[in-house]
Amino acid sequence: MRVAVIRFPGSNCDLDMMAALNTIKGIEPSLIWHEDGSFGEGRYGAIVLPGGFSFADRLRAGAIAASSPAMSVVKRLAERGTPVLGVCNGFQILVESGLLPGALLRNSTLKFVCEWTHVRVDSTRTPFTSGLRVGQVLALPIAHGEGRFYLQPAELARIEREGMVVFRYCDAAGRSTPGSNPTGTLHNIAGLRNKEGNVVGLMPHPERAAEALLSPFGGSDGSLVLSSLLVKASGAPRA
Amino acid sequence: MAFITTKGRTFEVSVVISNKPGVREPEGETILHDLVAKSGFEQVESIRAGKHLRVTVVAADPQAAKRMVEKMCNDLRIFNPAAHSCEVSLGRVVGR
Repeated sequence: MRVAVIRFPGSNCDLDMMAALNTIKGIEPSLIWHEDGSFGEGRYGAIVLPGGFSFADRLRAGAIAASSPAMSVVKRLAERGTPVLGVCNGFQILVESGLLPGALLRNSTLKFVCEWTHVRVDSTRTPFTSGLRVGQVLALPIAHGEGRFYLQPAELARIEREGMVVFRYCDAAGRSTPGSNPTGTLHNIAGLRNKEGNVVGLMPHPERAAEALLSPFGGSDGSLVLSSLLVKASGAPRA
Repeated sequence: MAFITTKGRTFEVSVVISNKPGVREPEGETILHDLVAKSGFEQVESIRAGKHLRVTVVAADPQAAKRMVEKMCNDLRIFNPAAHSCEVSLGRVVGR
């Protein structure tokens, strides 16, 4: 499967994402500049928006990239069902472009938080979690200043009801507690999907946890997220 | 001379983006708890930080200037309606 990794001015996890995708047999990633809209011609099976500080976080993290030429193509492809993954700043861009609901606000501590976390998988109905199981706990690192998910209470209840929360911060045993919430994010939300399930955003960095050497826990949990692209919901390899 | 044009007058329009009531605003909380309340201003009950854009715009009249900036804020998602409120108000006339 060919995967387009979109690079914005200020992206800084794009090459890590390329390296992580390159370790997965069957995935062939390409780096695409955000002003090049030609990736919309159906040649890519999935799109990844990597982390970083697109447009220096001016106005709000992700707000300016959300209006870039690449994002109008991403929106069109997302409507057709193409899998789209946004990581960290990529998640912020998905929220600011309206592809995912809500807002990602300053962490309640006002601190940039750079640490390893545990997240629990709460939905496997996405192309990025289809190789995982509900309740599975992954060790993934975070590094951001604006990751406090917010949505008005009625809307928050709706996305919970519709099972749109994909990842939740938790302790090593999988319990979502206030102590395992690093940013003050509502309901410990670390990642979301759209209603259809093909668009997923998460604050933790799977590409920084894609090799055992990179993880203090010795796992490569991040690659399980990325390699889910090759797994059908049934568990069989995707043709 | 930068503000003088032939298309109309130049107006200053103020845009203030802030978290909606009920959405925690940790910067204002820190200013309140760690500076203001510790410095003899106990009467201050709350502080909410936000973002201020001072926009200069050429328009036929003040109301047209304000409408244009309101449209800009909505069309370009200058604020995120899920969490922010956006107040647009007229400032001074800066051109002729």
